[in-house]
Amino acid sequence: MMKTFKGLAAATLTASSALLASSAAADVEIEYWQYFYDARVTAMEQLIDGFEAENPGITVKMTHFPYADYRTKVAAAIPAGEGPDVVQLFYGWLNDYIAADLIQPLPVDTFSPSDVDKDFFPMVQAMKKDGVYYALPTAVRSLALFYNQRLFDEAGITEPPANLNDLIEVAKKLTKRDGAGNITQVGITTGMTAQDHHWFREGLIRQFGGTPYNDDYDTVSYNSEAGAAALQYYTDLEKLHGVTASGFMDEPQAAFKAGRAGMHIDGSFRIGSLKAIRGLKWGVAELPAAVDGTQSNYSSYWVNAVTTKAEGEKYEASLKFMSYITSDAAMQIWLDVVGELPAKPSVGLTEANANDPVFGPFIKGLSYAHTTVFANESSQRQVLVDMVARTDIEDQPIAESLAIAAEAEQKILNEYYAD
Amino acid sequence: MNLYRNLTIKQKQIVWAWTFLAVPVVFYSVIRFYPTATAILISFQDWNLLGARAWAGFDNYMKLWNDPVFWKVFRNTFAYLLIGTPVSLVLSFVIAYHLDKVRFLHGFMRMMYFLPFMTSAVAMAWVWRWFYQAVPIGLFNNILASFGIAQIEFLNSTTNALPAVLAPAVWAGLGFQVIIFMAGIRAIPTSYYEAARIDGVGWWVVLTQITLPLLRPTIVFIVVFSSIGFLRIFDHVFNMTTNNPGGPLNATKPLVLMIYDTAFNSFNMGYAAAQTVVLFTILMIVSLIQLRLLRSN
Repeated sequence: MMKTFKGLAAATLTASSALLASSAAADVEIEYWQYFYDARVTAMEQLIDGFEAENPGITVKMTHFPYADYRTKVAAAIPAGEGPDVVQLFYGWLNDYIAADLIQPLPVDTFSPSDVDKDFFPMVQAMKKDGVYYALPTAVRSLALFYNQRLFDEAGITEPPANLNDLIEVAKKLTKRDGAGNITQVGITTGMTAQDHHWFREGLIRQFGGTPYNDDYDTVSYNSEAGAAALQYYTDLEKLHGVTASGFMDEPQAAFKAGRAGMHIDGSFRIGSLKAIRGLKWGVAELPAAVDGTQSNYSSYWVNAVTTKAEGEKYEASLKFMSYITSDAAMQIWLDVVGELPAKPSVGLTEANANDPVFGPFIKGLSYAHTTVFANESSQRQVLVDMVARTDIEDQPIAESLAIAAEAEQKILNEYYAD
Repeated sequence: MNLYRNLTIKQKQIVWAWTFLAVPVVFYSVIRFYPTATAILISFQDWNLLGARAWAGFDNYMKLWNDPVFWKVFRNTFAYLLIGTPVSLVLSFVIAYHLDKVRFLHGFMRMMYFLPFMTSAVAMAWVWRWFYQAVPIGLFNNILASFGIAQIEFLNSTTNALPAVLAPAVWAGLGFQVIIFMAGIRAIPTSYYEAARIDGVGWWVVLTQITLPLLRPTIVFIVVFSSIGFLRIFDHVFNMTTNNPGGPLNATKPLVLMIYDTAFNSFNMGYAAAQTVVLFTILMIVSLIQLRLLRSN
């Protein structure tokens, strides 16, 4: 009798726990947050569908916000126990997010640091703190030179410029002016407010033999001969060679889209919107090398991390989701839908991707790309915007403007790293 | 319930009065006073929007005092006020004065002047931003170019940019001020004008001795209203200079834009709150001075 009872009890227990487990599994819903960008939302919807098909019982709810509100909402939600289990953040925000206890480290058994080191492009190592990874990207971005094929043909240019001297010569052939000498078509767009500040920092300065910062990115080191040469080169495009006008047609990408610019340096995220422009025939080339052949590029990325809000089965589900969205298949979807580059060489450097006429130059750029560790990207960008504006509007000498910029940027870094 | 029944009529009235008053009182405490008090508190703290707030004492105010950008922005803010207010006041009065005398298509003309006031500031700022571009897309510069006149850098200039940004802001507010002025002019009793006509005085005397003195409350109202508006100018500046907010070289940056930038780009909430407290103080002083002028009337 007692035995039967025990057996019965055990059976009930097993059955009920199994029942509980299955009903609990069906109930797991994790939340994913990202900022709103049409293609990114579409790609993530596809990934979520794929993930849910592979993991029955887990549903992922995606919420997106305008970029301007993003950080505020995340900061308010997570400490209140609301909001995302998996969150997307800009690589430059990682330190702030860790310090504010918003995200938790990825467990080493699922995301082994040595495997991640091996599998991802090297710049992702910036996401590793004290030997553990806190966040991982699905996709990365780099810069390349877009050119207008129709204007190239018209000017008899057969191939995009290979180095910085060629760039000037090609740009000269592409520049048009009206009778009064006003520029009506630029050889190359410029504007520190767009992507040029990245091109200047991690591209030009390094190509002229300098370094923008020390290795820890807490000390400015571009107030040097190389920095001055880079700034001279950049400002000469407009002032000496007359192949560009900053602010031409309001925004560089607008001028390029309108077919009024021969060349345009921009990020891989621009591919999608350029494809949507009817009648614009364009090509992509790697950023021009220095005359001595030195290549350098800038790379940035958005990462995904598990928040401190995720606990228990939501935590487990979140880890599964993290694994899924950093898988090779996910990266290929992201490349196809958003046009952002795979974060792993195993996907990026496949024959098809590396030789793709559009993605190829960007992916090749990743191998010599640097990732600036910003303390405050918008303020640091403003420093360079003002540096060029001083030489342009106030005719300040190059060396003087560069020194002021270096000092101002150092002040921003000091303030940030003082805490 | 018994408690209420035992009250006198007077007391019941008080209870009801407070019941209705509770709505605005709660609203103002929660929506206005609480955030204001919090902002003042944060101005003495160090906070990056994530994480904990740390006490910083007067650090934020010291930093503000020593920040050259703040003083540049301070001057800009008063430039908006000191150019914008008189210009819009004179313009709106001249328009209202003449519009009042127009009989032909009066309603239509009045609507045309009022239209910009109803238009979204963002849309308007972007259209003006394109007007100001260089050739081949800028309207003004294309007109200049077709007459063979040299290009004018409207926005990419440290001297022209502020007036260029201010112009559409003045234009946008004009319609409202014209309507207020016209109402003021209509409110002046016609008997004064009849008396003046019988005495045979000229239009100038009528204008300076009758119309303007009797318009004083209207003028004070418009001055107060538009000065607060210009001290708080933001959307026109922000939308016309989004790529380089408040630029070039901070030439157009008003205080509100600096606050926005400090708070939501640099995430330096304490410093932004300190700037807000300064703006609050300026607004209060300007309003108090103007209220005093109103009272002496």
